[in-house]
Amino acid sequence: MTDPTFHLELQEHEKTFLDSNELIINMGPQHPATHGVLRVILKLDGEKVLGTECVIGYLHRGVEKIAEHRTYTMFNPYVDRMDYVAAVSNGLGYCESVEKLLNVEAPPRAKYIRVILAELNRLASHMLWLGTHALDIGAITPLFYTFRDREEILKIFEKYCGARLTTHAFRIGGCLYETYEGFEREVKKFLEFVTPKIGEYEELLTTNRIWVERTKGVGTISAKDCIALGVTGPVLRASGVKWDIRKAQPYAAYADFDFEVPIGQSGDTYDRYIVRMEEMRQSLRIIAQAIDRIPEGPIMARVPKVIKPPVGEIYHSIEAPKGELGYFIVSDGSTQPYRVRVRPPSFVNLQALDLMVRDQLVADVIAVIGTLDIVLGEVDR
Amino acid sequence: MLNYIKSYLDSTTTPGQAGNMFWASVYILLIFLGLSVAVIAMNWLERKILAHMQVRLGPMRVGPHGLLQPIADAIKLLIKEDIMPSQADGFVFWVAPIIVVITAFTVFIVVPFGPTHAVTDMNIGVLFMLGVSSLSVLGIVMAGWASNSHYPLMGALRSSAQMVSYEIAMGLAVVSAVLMTSLNQTGTGTLSMIGIVQSQQAQQVWFAFKFFPLGLIAFFVFAVAMVAETNRAPFDLPEAESELTAGFHTEYSGFRWSLFFLAEYSAMIAVSSIAVTLWLGGWLRPFPHLLSGSTWDVVFSLLPGITFLLLGLIALVGVFRMPKHPYFRVQTIGLAGFGVVLGLIGLLLFLPPVRGRIQDIFWFSAKVAFFMYLYIWYRGTFPRYRFDQLMKVGWKVLLPVGIGVLILTAVAGVLL
Repeated sequence: MTDPTFHLELQEHEKTFLDSNELIINMGPQHPATHGVLRVILKLDGEKVLGTECVIGYLHRGVEKIAEHRTYTMFNPYVDRMDYVAAVSNGLGYCESVEKLLNVEAPPRAKYIRVILAELNRLASHMLWLGTHALDIGAITPLFYTFRDREEILKIFEKYCGARLTTHAFRIGGCLYETYEGFEREVKKFLEFVTPKIGEYEELLTTNRIWVERTKGVGTISAKDCIALGVTGPVLRASGVKWDIRKAQPYAAYADFDFEVPIGQSGDTYDRYIVRMEEMRQSLRIIAQAIDRIPEGPIMARVPKVIKPPVGEIYHSIEAPKGELGYFIVSDGSTQPYRVRVRPPSFVNLQALDLMVRDQLVADVIAVIGTLDIVLGEVDR
Repeated sequence: MLNYIKSYLDSTTTPGQAGNMFWASVYILLIFLGLSVAVIAMNWLERKILAHMQVRLGPMRVGPHGLLQPIADAIKLLIKEDIMPSQADGFVFWVAPIIVVITAFTVFIVVPFGPTHAVTDMNIGVLFMLGVSSLSVLGIVMAGWASNSHYPLMGALRSSAQMVSYEIAMGLAVVSAVLMTSLNQTGTGTLSMIGIVQSQQAQQVWFAFKFFPLGLIAFFVFAVAMVAETNRAPFDLPEAESELTAGFHTEYSGFRWSLFFLAEYSAMIAVSSIAVTLWLGGWLRPFPHLLSGSTWDVVFSLLPGITFLLLGLIALVGVFRMPKHPYFRVQTIGLAGFGVVLGLIGLLLFLPPVRGRIQDIFWFSAKVAFFMYLYIWYRGTFPRYRFDQLMKVGWKVLLPVGIGVLILTAVAGVLL
């Protein structure tokens, strides 16, 4: 095996007259700010970052391989374990992909339930991102505020399907569970509760001088680089590209709702922060509309007990909180998928790390890892 | 014996100046004890206050409202395995925390808790404090170097750069306060800690409000620099948890680590003491001239007792709010006992002989406690500066402001 630091040699123009050696630091896999078991090898000139190399795979569980040995239904809970802070979105993507393969469509009521839960999950995911991102930059208090409010979302999930984190809320063809008694009322109450809270988070950070100094112009990435690297989600939008799959290729019931896609301009950490904060507000808008218009009717389409899709392949992607989450499923006509390939947003976005932190300082690496909003379960699968 | 104690209590000078070795030793012991208790209390208070700022409860299990948590922590640290990395430089690794602790405690020799309540009064008191407290950077660099590990090394480098740069701004602010002491008939200032407070008394104004707003600006410069000097949030880069895991003491564990902890908190108390002495009138009570007269004297002299009675009352309210389950009986009794002890101390402070003598110490401690609260508040509010920004604030903001204030103070002193 080659030395993973081989390309991190000091360039001729980077050498100083003191002829000091570069410092190679191993950040992670056990490190408080790498959000799990990410290992980043940093090459430093004092505090300046000359290069990085991400070493991943510490949380590899072979999810894609497991899929080949499970039936379509049996594999459904496994996808929740990829991006475990946004399990609902994972399940939504998988179920919709298989439905497309089967050529069935979930009934309208199921679609609305899916949208409500997925948007609640987007809120929960963004709250977790905000708390940990602020913690990385040194503000310890927002973490507790966001966790307090995220708890309310998890309570709704728990009441709906019995699980808080790895929800397994949806089934192929619709939803298994009807909404519980008082679901609408509780979601509405939550919306009222959380709307001022987002302002509360912003109050602590948005105009805070230290926060602005720490995030403005840090980890800048241009729209061109984003597209070249396949970066999606809020990171792409903060660079000024208006690309949101909910708008571009509406899935579930998203075509029915009126919402904005917030975009940034400079593509720095501050813009990504603003974009995500605005996205939380837009999510609230979507939930409010969905809960008002939720139709009556069945929640499960007519799906055979034994799911045997016709021979073929399908790629379907959704807008997960972290970016484009795609499923490529190949069916050989049997009860088990021939191949499942997941396009995880975190994994693709993580590629931009090196580009974003070159020539910046060590502290910025932490800020950038936080702003990319990666979940190692999804990066490694 | 009693007469001996009384003769000391009535003396008008510090034991160090009087050359009384016995009383000086007693004083050193008292300060050491008091400081240790203060650090323990600070530990608990920081966790509790921070917790309440962050909508959580903080320690609640060990003792009522977690009151015994610091003691449990201390025991845990003492019986923990003492690890020394195999590649470390053993002697330097061993000596570094000792240097840090010694410097942190030595500065308290000149801290005046009252006109006579100091171990000694040096004629270069401020200089001594700044000098000795800046020696702690030596221990930090040694700790980072001896660990022979990347993160501690970076923490140590950051720490030394930070402390050295902020000491300059700090020194300029101190000089402008020292200049103010020379505004008397003889025109001679003083560096003695006690002398500085006495000149504030003579000029009838705390230096923070002298030459408004010059004193306030100098005070502000010092207040910012002292946070950086003690490596606390938002300037806690040397131990930036999310970047360097723990900074210069990453490789330390158990008792050695607790020495760093002890040193950090006593350094916080030390620099707060300097700030209180130089700008906030040291042991002087608030409004000594605006609210003067024997009636106000009595009212203010009752405040220490009232404060302790209030603390006791809070504890007793806590007793009634405890869960009624028998499981909590021991904790409830403990909290009641704690409240009663606080209340008794309060009552003791009402006794005239005690009341008169405790005043100085009370006001000094109260002012220092205010700074301690600020430290916790900063930590709960601010994100962390980046290293280049930290240097920018130090060299491009605080230093010019400090020089400007110094010059203006000198001009104002000559003209006014």
